[in-house]
Amino acid sequence: MAKGHAEHADHAHGHGHEHDHTPPFFVRWFWSTNHKDIGTLYLIFAIFAGLFGGALSGLMRAELAEPGVTVLTMFVDKSLAGQAQLDAARNFFNVLITYHGLIMIFFLVMPALIGGFGNWFVPIMIGAPDMAFPRMNNISFWLYVAAGGLATLSLFAAGAPGQHGFAGGWVLYPPLSSLTGHPGPAMDLLILSLHLAGASSILGAINFITTIFNMRAPGMTLHKMPLFVWSVLVTAFLLVLSLPVLAGGITMLLTDRNFGTSFFNPEGGGDPILFQHLFWFFGHPEVYILILPAFGVISHIVATFSKKPIFGYLGMAYAMVAIGFVGFIVWAHHMYTVGLSLNMKAYFVAATMVIAVPTGIKIFSWIATMWGGSIEFKTPMLWAIGFIFLFTVGGVTGVVLANAGIDHYLHDTYYVVAHFHYTMSLGAVWGIFAAWYYWFPKMFGKMYREWLGNLHFFLMFIGVNLVFFPQHFLGLQGMPRRYIDYPEAFAYWNYISSIGYVIMLVGLVSFAVCMFDAFFIYRRKAPANPWGEGATTLEWTLPSPPPFHQFNELPRFDKGDAKAFH
Amino acid sequence: MSERASKNTKTAAIMAGVAVGMVGMSFAAVPLYRAFCQVTGFGGTTQRAENATGEVLERQVTVRFDANTAQDIPWRFKPEQPTQKLHIGETGLAFFSAENLSSKPVSGRAAFNVTPAKAGVYFKKIECFCFTEQTLAPGEKVDMPVTYFIDPKIAKDINLDDVETITLAYTFFPSD
Repeated sequence: MAKGHAEHADHAHGHGHEHDHTPPFFVRWFWSTNHKDIGTLYLIFAIFAGLFGGALSGLMRAELAEPGVTVLTMFVDKSLAGQAQLDAARNFFNVLITYHGLIMIFFLVMPALIGGFGNWFVPIMIGAPDMAFPRMNNISFWLYVAAGGLATLSLFAAGAPGQHGFAGGWVLYPPLSSLTGHPGPAMDLLILSLHLAGASSILGAINFITTIFNMRAPGMTLHKMPLFVWSVLVTAFLLVLSLPVLAGGITMLLTDRNFGTSFFNPEGGGDPILFQHLFWFFGHPEVYILILPAFGVISHIVATFSKKPIFGYLGMAYAMVAIGFVGFIVWAHHMYTVGLSLNMKAYFVAATMVIAVPTGIKIFSWIATMWGGSIEFKTPMLWAIGFIFLFTVGGVTGVVLANAGIDHYLHDTYYVVAHFHYTMSLGAVWGIFAAWYYWFPKMFGKMYREWLGNLHFFLMFIGVNLVFFPQHFLGLQGMPRRYIDYPEAFAYWNYISSIGYVIMLVGLVSFAVCMFDAFFIYRRKAPANPWGEGATTLEWTLPSPPPFHQFNELPRFDKGDAKAFH
Repeated sequence: MSERASKNTKTAAIMAGVAVGMVGMSFAAVPLYRAFCQVTGFGGTTQRAENATGEVLERQVTVRFDANTAQDIPWRFKPEQPTQKLHIGETGLAFFSAENLSSKPVSGRAAFNVTPAKAGVYFKKIECFCFTEQTLAPGEKVDMPVTYFIDPKIAKDINLDDVETITLAYTFFPSD
């Protein structure tokens, strides 16, 4: 990936961008302050993290393909006998679910959508030459790499007595995450990893907010800003407001573990439930942090390939603001079973349902944009329509789960797993692939073969639906999540689910083939605007790939050109 | 510094202030949460009272007793009676027995709550061994009393109309 891009940059350099001087390799990629290069670095990071996190889920699906503990025993210490070997395999399964969740959230979706596409396209879309603080941008990226390193280390450090890694789930609840559950240093390393990832994201968010508020081209008011920029702006605010609370919570966990405080230890007057409140005060906005940038991307793609401006632009922008705001006051719907009073549950049910309103505005506006449009079903458009469908399925099961009464039954079952994978794995990740195929020609200056992109889409679409749709049935039948094994009765749909994983994996191989082909075989140079009249945002006015420094002369929107750029 | 740069610095400084403020808020949540639990009985936090109100209702409630010890305290700790049935407002007296199984003096402190959690605000303790630290000499066995009553205000709260049984649970932790 990195090699392909570097080669390409030289290539562009040779073709008449004499003024476009790029620094030597090490300076360019390790000391980078250029928003496009940092965006590329984030994307490379996210691809590797995604492959790793995806491999973890492959092990999980392999183990769950049939009842009994059959697969993970191969990955644990062979010298262990009988029960000890089984316990090690069980611990390993829970390590897999924990790191799969953390890696996919913190090291795939966030760096891809915010760090990757956000860095690449926010400055270009608002007509700015770069981010407000290019060096801070560099720190943000390398803090992420350090965070990834610490998380990887914690995988191999001692965790629960006699075991490796932290196996308490991505939510890090004490007492599993306190000394009682995991006395080893795995949890401490994980906490430090999240500290660094959090610091990186907060710095990144401050950078985005400053850039978007202060560096828009003359005449581009907030209400003329493209929706992707709006989505990143709202996301950045959510990051600045929610991540410090996670940082506070896990710092308390760290001092409870190492310095004898008792924020969450009942013996010292603490309360483990307090951690859940702090965690979900961060955790719920976090899910919107993951999905909002995808909303922004989908708006662009739907408008581009319907050859119509987006329907209800202001409604779309403020729906995101509303989702972000309401996202902060619904956190306890993750905690219906901890013993909240009836009145509190009633409040959280009602507040949670309110989120369906702005989300509905977005879904219907996308459909209204397509309505009567001259739709071209190019690869990015397929991913965008797939996103709308899959996210709606996840949204509907979300409304089901929002009901405290039903949630008492479905809490911590596979129904919840299916729900959040439809919104996150099939929602946010669909947004990432949609963005990738939409901006690939722009970022790398090369076209890909349509049919390969199509193949990737259809294989993935069939695969992931086969993985996750049956999990609704399993959840309704009462199969709990986070167990290595299950009774015979759940075998059928689990087997189907694992077959789906294999199909999805073939889809990922076709993605790799599509990319290899685009870089090394097809090698078709991309025009400045490969998508035609529907693509109206500023990035399509620059050559593909854009010059190392763009907009030496700022574009202006205040000279009677009333055209909206969204 | 150019005008743009100083404007950028200002925006960044404000946002950094917001981030630091949110870290502060997360720590401020700790005492606020504790106060909230004590005042509202949230999470089954029981209340303290000087003495019963004197008002006794017809309605009866069964109180169940649950005793636990943390892993690292060498005590045997159990309720002397599994349940008590009493009228709302009536003062109850229950005993728990604790025995130090080790050959050293051990101090412990009991953490407590009631289930269902919504009954916490109406469960009033007048005297309890859990108010203070308890120390047992090697092999010593003692009976520990708790005096309590259910606040008659429970009858006015429709959310508690279904409550016929309240479980009072203690867990002893070593205090040093």
